[in-house]
Amino acid sequence: MSILIAIAGAILAIAALVALWRVIRGPSIVDRVIASDVLLTTLILVVGTEMVANGHTRTIPLMVVLAATAILGTVSVARFVTRPEGTDTATTAASAKPDSTGKELS
Amino acid sequence: MFDLEPWSSILDIAAGVLVIGGALLSLAAAVGLVRFPDALSRLHAATKPQILGLILVVIALALSVRNWAVLLLLTPVVVLQMLTAPISAHMVGRAGYRTGDFDPDTLVTDELAADVAGAGRSDLPGAAEPSARREGERPSADPSGETPATP
Repeated sequence: MSILIAIAGAILAIAALVALWRVIRGPSIVDRVIASDVLLTTLILVVGTEMVANGHTRTIPLMVVLAATAILGTVSVARFVTRPEGTDTATTAASAKPDSTGKELS
Repeated sequence: MFDLEPWSSILDIAAGVLVIGGALLSLAAAVGLVRFPDALSRLHAATKPQILGLILVVIALALSVRNWAVLLLLTPVVVLQMLTAPISAHMVGRAGYRTGDFDPDTLVTDELAADVAGAGRSDLPGAAEPSARREGERPSADPSGETPATP
């Protein structure tokens, strides 16, 4: 049992580090948002895994709050990126374009 | 209600296996984040542990604790995530489409491109695509030929 939980913890740690690498490196802001979403999901899984490992239920409200508020940052950044016409859509798209083309260079 | 005492070791092992399954889904999403080439493909990989991995870990926690009140507390976690994850995935997918952060050659179909062209939005990446991708069935009277945004 504890060996299984330890293996799961190691896998979750690797997943969180890889997602963090994509947050840091991610060429465009959309990639960073997706990677931070994966990082938050991994965090929820870590909270649940820790409760399974230690046999308590004290952090279930933390899981509820994280699951309910994970949408806020993602949607706000997505709304910022796809701002409608008339505002600075051109500058946002133009600032995202060189990043996405620089992905192949690096 | 039920006497689960003889099953405790089996339930614990099942909980451990389910936790490992959720962790493997999270690892799959992380590997997809690194290996996939563009934002929309990464979004496809990233949405896997949000629902299924969370359900696996929640079931593991319910099997580990074995208490009905805990199950009642764990249900809103899954329900809230099921309600909000499609919204955020939709918004991020729209953002990824509008910033042009995908390879048009990898798309099987692009139904939004026709609507974008019909709306006269030539500043979006899908506007110039139907004439650029489908050479065989190119319509002669294509109104969206002024900005070749595709490389």
